[in-house]
Amino acid sequence: MHIHFLDPYRPLRSPVHALDPRVKLVLTLAFILTTALTPQGAWPVYILLLSLALSVQVLSGLGVGYVQKRAGLALPFVLAALPLLFTVEGPALFNFQLGLWRFALTSSGLERFAGVAIKSWISVQAAVVLASSTSFPDLLVAMRAIRIPKLLVAIFGLMWRYLFVFGDEALRLLRARAARSGQAVDNALKPGGSLAWRARVTGGMAGSLFLRAFDRSDRIYSAMLSRGYDGEVRSLPLPPLQPRHTLILATGLVLLIGLLSPAYLLQ
Amino acid sequence: MHYSPAPMHIPDGFLSVLVSVILWVISAPVVAYALKRVGQDMGERQVPMMGVLAAAIFAGQMLNFTVAGGTSGHLMGAALATILSGPWAAVLVMTSVVSIQALIFQDGGLLVLGANIFNMGIVGVAVSYAVFHLLRRLPGGRTMKLLIPGFISAWASIVASALAVSLQLAISGTTPASLAIPAMAGVHALIGIGEGLITVGALAFLAATRPDLLQPGREGAPAGRAVWVFGLLLSAGLAVLSPLASSNPDGLEAVAERLGFIETAREPLYRLIPDYLFPGISNEALATIAAGIVGILLVCGVILAAGHIRRGPEASNR
Amino acid sequence: MHHSIEVENLSFTYPDGRQALRDVTLCIQPDEKVALVGPNGAGKSTLLLHLNGILRGEGRVKVCGLEVNDRNVKHIRARVGMVFQSPDDQLFSPRVYDDVAFGPLYMGLPVDEVDARVHDALEAVGMGGYEERTSHHLSVGEKKRIAIATVLSMKPEVLVLDEPTAGLDPRARRSLIQLLRELPLTMLVSTHDMRMVEELFPRMVIMDEGRVVVDGATGQLMSDEKLLEAHGLERY
Repeated sequence: MHIHFLDPYRPLRSPVHALDPRVKLVLTLAFILTTALTPQGAWPVYILLLSLALSVQVLSGLGVGYVQKRAGLALPFVLAALPLLFTVEGPALFNFQLGLWRFALTSSGLERFAGVAIKSWISVQAAVVLASSTSFPDLLVAMRAIRIPKLLVAIFGLMWRYLFVFGDEALRLLRARAARSGQAVDNALKPGGSLAWRARVTGGMAGSLFLRAFDRSDRIYSAMLSRGYDGEVRSLPLPPLQPRHTLILATGLVLLIGLLSPAYLLQ
Repeated sequence: MHYSPAPMHIPDGFLSVLVSVILWVISAPVVAYALKRVGQDMGERQVPMMGVLAAAIFAGQMLNFTVAGGTSGHLMGAALATILSGPWAAVLVMTSVVSIQALIFQDGGLLVLGANIFNMGIVGVAVSYAVFHLLRRLPGGRTMKLLIPGFISAWASIVASALAVSLQLAISGTTPASLAIPAMAGVHALIGIGEGLITVGALAFLAATRPDLLQPGREGAPAGRAVWVFGLLLSAGLAVLSPLASSNPDGLEAVAERLGFIETAREPLYRLIPDYLFPGISNEALATIAAGIVGILLVCGVILAAGHIRRGPEASNR
Repeated sequence: MHHSIEVENLSFTYPDGRQALRDVTLCIQPDEKVALVGPNGAGKSTLLLHLNGILRGEGRVKVCGLEVNDRNVKHIRARVGMVFQSPDDQLFSPRVYDDVAFGPLYMGLPVDEVDARVHDALEAVGMGGYEERTSHHLSVGEKKRIAIATVLSMKPEVLVLDEPTAGLDPRARRSLIQLLRELPLTMLVSTHDMRMVEELFPRMVIMDEGRVVVDGATGQLMSDEKLLEAHGLERY
């Protein structure tokens, strides 16, 4: 009945889980940036980045399998880069003909494609680990720490809180529709109605969700007013950053810069 | 568990760093301004309203309907958010949806989040706003004033966002322009119909149950000329740029080359060392093998350490 | 220290034209526990929303010695703890801790005071240890208790509750009634739960069609079956 499974957070005990969320967020973003800045063809760096990612996955107790499964969700987009195999100029690996079209698979194309694919794959692993090892309230703290406006963070928090409520309602609406989506005994009658009708029904469901959203926001507003809300977003001050975590942050950043700089320094 | 309605959420790695940064530089001030404007127009109500609306849109994206065979149509929601809460609030709502999708569900990357916010939160909103209010001026009853503008603005928002995505992919050199633009535009011209139909369905429902929610003045102070003009310029720009780029792939490739210079032009360090330290094996291969060995040692070491941590006394965690 | 509610000739009409309150007069003394009953649509919830200034009607409303107006409204909201019917509307923060801390935080209290109040309030409702939980995953009974805690942390003088036992299973209902029995606050509760009224509330006010029909001792009114039936109520 509940959409708990949508929440990727796995409350385990591990050094990664215990790491201050602010440090985790910054390191994840730095890691993704490092991956993005890694030059084409710098395979050693990609390998080291991948090893780092895998090590963190193991350390977090989430398990490489779990992380890879979630990471695979971003995979379909890779198709968008597939044309690179054929369009980048370079020594051809093999040619083939499809009807009137001649395709040449080039090694440079392969390298470019692989570069995009591996960047994407490594980055998404980092994001998965962050989301799975950090509770959402902690992520909000991290966002405030990196100076995202507190109003926006407050909106995120409220959205998160009601995401599951509305998710449940959407699920119920879908179930109610399914329960009424039967097929008549007469086989000549085609089930499903017209496309336009189906879309309109779905639209009605969406409208119903939005209606509930507006009503609920009025009630939440009253509840907030009753507890003294005046429009200004107030939150508890951020806890101080422990030296141990600061050290980890510094080490991580130095490591990443170290990975990247040999490729750039001497040119 | 969470599936993306259409290939609109760009993952990390697909846009060049410079393109990502540029789009952050564009999106961040727009979002900041939206925060300010919504604060002025809505005051105290802003937080509960935006948050709940964002949750509804997020959940609304789960509502699908079968189009044909196995494919289904979904909602992106920018047009609906714009019509219901005004452009600036819609920017915040879509920003929230897109950000949380990226952060929690990995629907879209983190570095390229600026681009995704731009495509869905800014382009989607601006174009639907401009189209909706342009078409409303035509005379007519409910169908003309609400449902048709609703449909077309929703459709336009999808197509415009898709064009923006394809242009960004092309400029980053990830997908050739001659392929990306027509492909994205074509697919999303169809998907946009689904968005339009759902939007119309929702608007019709609300018109019947809570017409007060659809009153134009409700969104607070009108958005002003700026949004209008921006939306129209954007639509026009995309409409002109796309076929142009699509038919001049080389020109775009040259731009891509230049913009992607950070990642493509540099020579790695090991090329400067005398070519062969080991006969027969190039330095590149050597470096790669060395990295591989280091990597494997690292992961194995961590596996051992992690096992030790779990077996041994509980590490003091916080 | 007034701990009281004074409503004089209050009338209120909703924007869509529906008149929800007609000339309502009600006085609640310090430490009284009063039940507000009546059929749906009688105006009970509307009346409650006037007590902390969310709705403003014609007539006079004075809460804890303060007139309900723009100047006093913030002070009033700190003194009147309003608990709404649906806990999902009241628990709007990511963590239970944040929700219970909301009130004291907006009162401007220092951080350690806020922290102490959060722990005390959760203990008082029997939910100590729930600070880090997400409200979505809790049962209705737990949510209702925490909703009360979100208001207790403000240390109010008066507690106003809208349908506290609605939707609770017998066990949860029993423990909530026990909780209300133990809280030493002036209390006004709108409810359909007549058994709870008989158990906890010595005074009962019957509302119907926006008016106060009768206001008196619970024991006496409960035995008047004709009166109860006339206003859509049943003894049990």
